Parts: sequence; structure tokens; C-alpha cells
Amino acid sequence: MAKKPIQFHLNGSEKAIFVEEGQNLLDVIRRGVGDLTPKYGCGQGTCGTCTVLIDGKPHLSCLTLAETIEGRQVSTTGGLQRGAELHPLQKAFMEGFAAQCGYCTPGMLMAAKALLDKNPNPSRDEVVEAISGNICRCTGYEPIINAILEAAKAGGARRYG
Amino acid sequence: MTIHRGRGFASINYPIGMNLGGDPSQALVHSNPGGKFMVALSSIDLGQGMKSVTRQIAAETLGVPVEDVYVDTADSDTGPHCMGSFASRGTHRVGNAVIQAAQEARAVMLEAAAEELEVDPADLVTDGKGNIHVKGAPSKSITTAEACGAAQFKQGRTVSGRGIFLIPLSEVDPETGEMTPVSCFAHAALIVDIDVDDETGEIDVVEMNSAYELGRALNPRLVEQQLVGGAWMGLSHAAWETTEPYYPERSHGPLDFNTYLMPGPGDIASHHISILERPAPDGPYGGKGPGEMCANPVLPAMVNAVFNAVGVRIDELPITPEKILRGIRANGGAQPQGRRG
Repeated sequence: MAKKPIQFHLNGSEKAIFVEEGQNLLDVIRRGVGDLTPKYGCGQGTCGTCTVLIDGKPHLSCLTLAETIEGRQVSTTGGLQRGAELHPLQKAFMEGFAAQCGYCTPGMLMAAKALLDKNPNPSRDEVVEAISGNICRCTGYEPIINAILEAAKAGGARRYG
Repeated sequence: MTIHRGRGFASINYPIGMNLGGDPSQALVHSNPGGKFMVALSSIDLGQGMKSVTRQIAAETLGVPVEDVYVDTADSDTGPHCMGSFASRGTHRVGNAVIQAAQEARAVMLEAAAEELEVDPADLVTDGKGNIHVKGAPSKSITTAEACGAAQFKQGRTVSGRGIFLIPLSEVDPETGEMTPVSCFAHAALIVDIDVDDETGEIDVVEMNSAYELGRALNPRLVEQQLVGGAWMGLSHAAWETTEPYYPERSHGPLDFNTYLMPGPGDIASHHISILERPAPDGPYGGKGPGEMCANPVLPAMVNAVFNAVGVRIDELPITPEKILRGIRANGGAQPQGRRG
């Protein structure tokens, strides 16, 4: 199969890699450049754990053709932390016990980040809508919704870009 | 179209662990020369808090800070035997094994300390902050790190302990049919309020109120987390999830999340939980374990709520809109049962 070179930014750093025709972005992020933070769940866009931000908007990376991200900014959970300092969402998830097995967490965090970046003070309904494409098996969603609201209340989510 | 409000109640006794082969689990505890402790298990933490709770139990028994304890649940090749993480058995079975192992390791640590301090080990106590001292004489003391270091480099002792928890297998009495398969029960009661649409058959969960009795809540935040998440899982089993919608007919079996339904974040209702703590005599520091019990009362309560709302008795899960509508039609219309109390 023909391979095609692409260049994009992952969490702010430039990546150049050959991708196969039809290869999805999740595969390129995980196997291609080695960022294992977005997870493979269903592989068909129904669980949300592969959610990444492309130019700030949430996308299901398992359904995104890698070729289409040429020149674009991709963000994953791997880029949330600043040195030893956790992102306000990560802190709120930790303090609010918003994860059990943790498999949905990367997708939840990125869906929540996309929301808070454009709407720093969301209502509860807006939080529910923002994560409605993400399935969680363990928490019953309540602690996740509360953690996102707490992170918004704590403010500062935007500082992290 | 009418929306009918219904209330359902259920209460359960939930057995902790099982009766197969005595349901044993083992734990090994050892110190390193720096005075930190390792708990080796093959019990797996699925996110339910096995590592956190066994760490707390080990620290409490050893008399050292929780920060000084590590829990390794690597695998069944490197850890001692465990039956597994199921049957709500982790806290109770593994916790008891950890206590036994930690007691043995603590005894060696105190012997090592006693030799260094030239006192009787029976006179020594731990302060939970990393120090061992003579009872009533805090100045006559040694740190756990010094005691474990002395054991390793001077005395030639292993500060280590073995633990196993086993309840002998209970056989059925052939005369009476009696047996004692379970030593420890947890309990729960749950009330669910729902709205049922008699045109679409859809259920809207309005509110849940519950009380759980689960021994001592060894880690209250983890207990709360399990109860909140587990109730959602119960709700999901009650009204959404199935792999065999027309069992034993295999058609329409779901193969992916497009057809295997689960409630999303917009389908949950507020849930008020009360936790009753009645320490179990045979539980580690009184703990039983919430485990599967979090989900169980939701199912019968939901079925009862549907009956209360529209008079349809569902006897096969999940409670789908189709089953509700067929039931309403068979009854010649919705038959609200009214509210008691």
C-alpha cells in the first residue's frame, strides 16, 4: 500500500510521519508516534475513549483519516500536564474520584477540555451534552459530571491552552 | 398519552465471597532494608480499590504510615494464590489474608527492634508514623527503617509474613439439607421513582434513594464511588443491557455499542445514598465490601416501580418499552396501582 508523508503538531510539537492510505489517526498517534494516551475502545466511533482535539475541536480519532490532519494541531491527554502540575480537569477528576478502571478517562478529559476551552462556565446540561458521546462503565457518570463542573468552578482551564 | 409515576422498593441480603473450595486468598508481606513494606498479591485491582484498601489494611496492622506500604498485584506467577476479584470478596477475603501476613511481619519487625533497644518485644508499640518505642517511654525508640535495616544487615532476619484466609468448605447436611455457605452478609434497601409513558413504553428514572449496610467503610470515598457507579450498572441491567433480547432466539443479538444499549450521562437520575456501618466480626477491621451489591437492589426495585406505575409485571430483564407496551395491551390499558404510604 502506498505511504504518504504527513506533518502535524501533537501537543505542540511537530511530527513528521509516513501514513498508509486509510490509516486512522488513533493508530498513527498510538503506534506511529507512540502517544498511548488516547485509547482504542470500539473502533467504530461509538465509545468515545479515542477522543482527541483537532484544532481545538473534539474528534473521534478512530474514525479520522490520518491524511486529513496535515498541518493541523492535535491534542491528547498526554499534553494536558505541565511538568509536574496536573491540568485543572485532571486534578478535579482525581479529587472527585471520577475514574475507576480509567479506560474512558482520556476521552472524557478531552471532551471536557473542548467544552471548557470554549465555555469556561458551562451548565450541568452543557456538561452532559459535551460527554454524551463517551461511554463510562464504572462511575455512573455522576462523579465525572461533577468533576468537570468543579474544574470549571476552579477556573484556570484556559491557561493551559 | 399519559405519564404514570411509579415507585418501587427492594431490599437484599448479599453474601460476601463464595463457598467454592473455601474461597481462599493469600498475601505475602515483606520489608525492604529502608523500612518500607511490600504487600504481594495476585488479587487484581480492576479500579474498585483493591490496592488502596489492602494498603490501608497493611499499614494499620503493621503500625506504619500508609505511604510506607506498596501493594504489588503483578500476576499469578509472582504473587501468592488468590481466587480472584469477584463475588464482592476482595476486601473481606484478601483483607483478612493481608492482616495475617502483616501481623507476622510486624512481630519480626518488633523482635528486630527489641534486639536493638535491648528490651522485650512485648513492651514495644508503634506510633503509626514510622517509629517503634517502649510502651510509656517514647524516648526509648527506633525507627521502622532502623529496625528493618538491623534485621537485614546485622541480625539476619527476614521481616516478612505470610497470610491466608480460608473458610472451610461447607458441605450440605444430607439429613436436613442445612449448610453454612456464607459467613458474612451485606444488606441494602433501595427506592426508585420512575415515570412510564404508556404510549411509548419508555421509562424515565426520576430519583433513587438507598441505604447500604456494608460493615465498616474502610475507604469511604471508594465506597461511595462504587455505590454510585454500581447503581448505574444495576439500572443499565434493569432497563437497557442484554446480549440476548429474544432468548433463546439468537437473532437481533447486539454486536456493538450501536445496538448494545446503556444509559448515557443524560439518562441518570439523582441518587441519595445512606451508608450504615456495622463492623462485621470476621471482616478486616469490620469491612465487608460493597462490590456487586451496589447493582443488585436496583433491578427488583425497577420491576416493582413499573408494576406500581402501569400494572405490568415484568418477569424477564431488561425492561424494554416493547415489554411494557405488550403488558399494557394485554391488561387492556395501563393500570396504575396507586401509592402506599
